[in-house]
Amino acid sequence: MSTILLLAITGLGLGALYFLVASGLSLIWGLMRVLNFAHGAFFTLAAYTGWMVAAALPSSAPWLVWLAAVVAAVVAGGAFAALTELILVRPLYRRPVGQVLVTVGLALATIALVQGSFGSDPRTFAIPDWMGRTTAIGGAAIPNTRLVTIGAAAATLAGLLAFLQRTRYGLIVRAGVENRDMVSALGIDVGRAFTLVFTIGGMAAGLAGILGATYYGSVDPGRGTAMLISAFIVVVIGGLGSIAGSAIAAILVGLLQQFLNFYAAAGVGDFAVVILLAVVLLVRPGGLLKLS
Amino acid sequence: MNARLTPLVLLAGLFALAALPALGFTLPGLFDGPLNSAGTLNLLALCFIFGALALSYDLVFGYAGLLSFGHALYFAAGVYVTAIGLVQWNLDLPRALGLTALVAFVLPLIVGAISLRTRDISFAMVTLAFAEAGSIFVLQNPWGATGGEEGLALGTATLPASLIGVANTRNLYWLALALLAFASAVGWWSVNSPPGRVWQAIRENERRVEVLGLNPYLYKLGAFVLSAFLASCAGAVYLLVQGGATPEVTTASFTLVLLVMVVLGGVGTLWGAVLGGVVYEYLNVRLVELSNAPVLQNLPPVLRVPLSEPLFILGTLFIVLVLFLPGGLAGAIRSLRRAGYRSQPATETP
Repeated sequence: MSTILLLAITGLGLGALYFLVASGLSLIWGLMRVLNFAHGAFFTLAAYTGWMVAAALPSSAPWLVWLAAVVAAVVAGGAFAALTELILVRPLYRRPVGQVLVTVGLALATIALVQGSFGSDPRTFAIPDWMGRTTAIGGAAIPNTRLVTIGAAAATLAGLLAFLQRTRYGLIVRAGVENRDMVSALGIDVGRAFTLVFTIGGMAAGLAGILGATYYGSVDPGRGTAMLISAFIVVVIGGLGSIAGSAIAAILVGLLQQFLNFYAAAGVGDFAVVILLAVVLLVRPGGLLKLS
Repeated sequence: MNARLTPLVLLAGLFALAALPALGFTLPGLFDGPLNSAGTLNLLALCFIFGALALSYDLVFGYAGLLSFGHALYFAAGVYVTAIGLVQWNLDLPRALGLTALVAFVLPLIVGAISLRTRDISFAMVTLAFAEAGSIFVLQNPWGATGGEEGLALGTATLPASLIGVANTRNLYWLALALLAFASAVGWWSVNSPPGRVWQAIRENERRVEVLGLNPYLYKLGAFVLSAFLASCAGAVYLLVQGGATPEVTTASFTLVLLVMVVLGGVGTLWGAVLGGVVYEYLNVRLVELSNAPVLQNLPPVLRVPLSEPLFILGTLFIVLVLFLPGGLAGAIRSLRRAGYRSQPATETP
């Protein structure tokens, strides 16, 4: 029983990371029809920024250092994403394929740069002592990092939903996902909403980056790309453009991966996720929660 | 260029390239060592293979308009099926290649038949998923068949003597050249055949092709299988030239690199794609060598680190190209030529 609980919570933790990356991808696709391959680069760059900030600060107050790293990562992710949108994606509004290609180039270049600067091996990321310990829940010893990741993702989900449902900009974004042309026809500057969505997506990816570093206890140049592919799968299973769909699919994918990797054999879970994607697309081509 | 002259020029070029191992002169700056040195021939062989691979991807992406993110799977199938046949099952080379050809036909037929039921971004994702499944399969090393992260090395006992050793690099070079010639011939013939014209029609307007009474699904499947088959051929030759299989060729990043090659050269032109593949691989190899050059070692780290990462330079180059030169190298050359034609009459009139 305790094993099942441990696997379930670890799977949720993994799903939480997937959700943080997937939510931004999903919003960007929904509003702009851009498949953002640079999202993994946002993740990696933010994680390394947080790691550098943590390494530069004195280690006497580990919690403050960790919080500073989180803030730095979120800011770096948002800033990098905003710059990407303004400098690279904006000039190509009339060439959708060009937009995708530019993000592909950016992803390759950024990952190579990080690898060249910090080496291709993982670097240890120090976390406060409490996070290295476990909490007993229902007889299972749950690593606290899992709980932190799940909590942060749940808070982000609540924040994103509140933003989309309650604010004026959220309304514009939702309307833009439904019908972009109509929104611009009503005299609203959709371009600003594009930058905003990119920034929010970048911040979520940045948070995922630093939480990933906390979860695994290290930063790794290749992790962003691996996350990006999982997040693509999550977004497509959940339905492109739907935040709630991404959340459901992220949990589903995380749990499936954990349980099968443990009970069947290592790798079977990853394989099953891919099969799940193929099945969902063939049965429900729009994903689980299809818009309109 | 005169249309009737083009095949002659191509044939002359092919003969010139085939005669290269007999030529001993050097091209300073372009290649280290003389043209017929093993290092240069090996580099050229890799360039030819990637030229053929980029061409195969252009068939499905540039001509049929299918954005597949799983093309690496078929290249990797060529590499790994041949390697497993040779190393694990102790087949001789012709049998291993025969097995590869069978897989290279059946695998894309199944994957294509399933993924082509979706379209656009869903198609890209399903193909990505299948390629990812292949990558996981190779990395998990089932029954010790694929060698996992270490890959498989071809022992000397598994290959005919004429393909082993530095002295026989020129045989591998000819093999790679033959691959490129074969892929180009098949590519040229297929895009100019009636089905090839239908592919381009589907790329432009699929609904219209349907209205004309043709079944786009079958044509798309044909393009998918043909392109995947050529990619597997390139994979088998790559295995022989490299002397082993490594799991990098199975990854999603490898497919993205293919996309970069084709866009670099020019989407929707065969020679552009070949040029893109050749230039990409040349830069990829040469930039690594450049990063060890003394000139670079003396630079401050701010400049040295980015310049010693080939993928950083290639990625940046790619972004600049997409932003400012949408037609790729082929588009640039074509517009230069057009500009040349325009200025010509002015100079020729007395």
